[in-house]
Amino acid sequence: MARKSAPDDLLAPLTLAVGQEELLLDRAVAQVVAAARAADPDTDVRDLAPGALQPGTLAELTTPSLFAERKVVVVRAAQDLAADTVKDVKAYIAAPADEVVLVLVHAGGAKGKGLLDAARKAGAREVACPKMAKAGERLAFVKGEFRTAGRSASEEACRALLDSIGSDLRELAAAVGQLAADTDGPIDEAVIARYYSGRAEATGFEVADLAVTGRTAEALERLRWALAVGQPPTGITYALASGVRSIGRLATAGRGMRPADLARELGMPPWKVDRVRQQMRGWTGDGVATALTAIAAADEAVKGGSDDPAYALERAVVTVSRAARSGRNH
Amino acid sequence: MSVWDDLVGQERAVEQLTTAAVAARAVVAAGRGAPTGPGSGSAMTHAWLFTGPPGAGQATAARAFAAALQCTSPDLDLGGTPGCGFCDGCHTVLAGSHADVKTVRNDGLSIPVRDMRELVLRASSYPTGGRWSAILLDDAHRLTEQAANALLKGVEEPSPRTVWLLCAPSVQDVLPTIRSRCRLLVLRTPPTAAVADMLVRRDGVDPALADLAARASQGDLDRARRLAVDEQVRSRRADVLRIPLEVADVGGCLTAAQRLVDTAKQDAEQLAGTRDAKETDDLKAAYGASEGLGGRAPRGMAGAIKELEKRQKSRATRTRRETLGVALGELLGFYRDVLALQLGSTGELANEDQRPALQRVAAAGPPESTLRRMEAVLACRTALDRNVDPLLAVEAMTLALRAG
Repeated sequence: MARKSAPDDLLAPLTLAVGQEELLLDRAVAQVVAAARAADPDTDVRDLAPGALQPGTLAELTTPSLFAERKVVVVRAAQDLAADTVKDVKAYIAAPADEVVLVLVHAGGAKGKGLLDAARKAGAREVACPKMAKAGERLAFVKGEFRTAGRSASEEACRALLDSIGSDLRELAAAVGQLAADTDGPIDEAVIARYYSGRAEATGFEVADLAVTGRTAEALERLRWALAVGQPPTGITYALASGVRSIGRLATAGRGMRPADLARELGMPPWKVDRVRQQMRGWTGDGVATALTAIAAADEAVKGGSDDPAYALERAVVTVSRAARSGRNH
Repeated sequence: MSVWDDLVGQERAVEQLTTAAVAARAVVAAGRGAPTGPGSGSAMTHAWLFTGPPGAGQATAARAFAAALQCTSPDLDLGGTPGCGFCDGCHTVLAGSHADVKTVRNDGLSIPVRDMRELVLRASSYPTGGRWSAILLDDAHRLTEQAANALLKGVEEPSPRTVWLLCAPSVQDVLPTIRSRCRLLVLRTPPTAAVADMLVRRDGVDPALADLAARASQGDLDRARRLAVDEQVRSRRADVLRIPLEVADVGGCLTAAQRLVDTAKQDAEQLAGTRDAKETDDLKAAYGASEGLGGRAPRGMAGAIKELEKRQKSRATRTRRETLGVALGELLGFYRDVLALQLGSTGELANEDQRPALQRVAAAGPPESTLRRMEAVLACRTALDRNVDPLLAVEAMTLALRAG
């Protein structure tokens, strides 16, 4: 079986679902099962939990039955299979049985790579299910979900949904399904706001960006969110410090330098130099000094120096955003 | 030559230890155990705490004393003092191979309780050579509280011929319960002349350079030697002493802080580069792991490697902190000199070679601001000990130096 299976052939004898995104893995499996059931309603589906596959089990499951029924065998967590079982699976891959569809769910990575390579070599149909680490990917995912549900949703609506749900794809998919079922017409920001409010995720860097531009109230609110969703306090002091530090260094860097040279000198990407330049307005040298000192005190406080890390952080945020306005009123 | 040669400017301590070693000999001759408790009236006791300013030679003193206890010189019977430096006993202790002298040294951030439990067990055995079983614990201030309490068991119920030699920077660094069971031996800061003399005599350093190094080290022997023999260490020092002149503007403060922290990181990485990989390889070899790919990791090796990595990380942090600590000490010395100039003191300056810079800073502000700057340096040291992000702590310091 050296022939490569076409990606859209759901009933290929061997399907590999590779990645760590649970939702996508489940969908890949469900698609194969659905296709098999469509071809033959009596299909026998065996979904093997991690560890359920022992030496010999596979041979037992794939032996042609008397009634020649179609079978789907799903092996979960294939990267954790014991060496003996892997031998079994490899042997089967080399000589697959008719009427059996084998789905290997594999996390990718270095663990159990031998099996992965063997399956690829045998021409398995491969479905990539990587974790979506970037915001852009998740946005595309939400848009795709709405499209699949046959609904139109604005870009802003998708963003708002991401803000309030967070990055868990399963929850995002469920939310899209719910919205598609509950609402009529195009989905815009107002619709999202009616069903979802608040923020699921806030990072220290967002807090820092607000604080160094002097937006005290917003910065404090974002700080509360960040702490509520479990951001580590040390990460927040780190973000605040690096925000203020960049301002201090850019403000005193050589004037008249070319942007590229400046970026290299400061060790920041050019887009960041532009952003810091915007944030720099309103800052003074003394402001930078006061702010960094306050952040250092907060860093000590969150590392066990005080009883209430949240208070220490709030104080630092207030000091920073006040320092950010120190040069404006004069 | 004698075992006390490496102690510089500590005549009183040497005298006290020699008396103790003589008394210890009498104890062995009488076949008794070490006298314990303050009421014993003997010059010898079972537990000693060596303290003194950094680099004054606590561990050196403790090792010399251990050697004197093991001294087998034939002169002893003729009325000589223990610690000849030539006999088998003295020589093997100084070389670190004597069977009855155990040295405990930890290059991580703290000494774990497990190490102490093993040590206390060992302390209960009788010395193989029939004299004294000495246990030298360097850096006793790094004991965790649990470890210190485990050690207490050994110190408060001593086995008759076991001598504990603990070293720490100051008495406050050791648990009061341990302190109260030890005889205290305080080393003083060695005088500059004595340190310079040692550098000339032993390391063959040029007298002018030796004088500079001795002053700059402020009594720290190790540091004095490194300053005298290592060009790189001297240029590091010059870098650090430039800081007071660089902190005029915020950019200078931030750059200076970054430079200090980067240097410390480099030091840690350099040390890690030379040691970590080799240690890991040795450990793998000890477990019999096969070379190359495809070899299966032997049982238990992954855990041992994780343990090793933890130790290596702790060591890197300590190296980083120590490099920063040395820099802070130099800054503190600088401002102390500035203060001395401002107040017209006639005492000797640690940074005589930097006199023009000292005078410039001294003329630029009142003594009050110099004191505030010294406070800032000390606050930075505290912050580093409390695990504040090093860059942030040093930045806060340089910015405070700017404010004055």
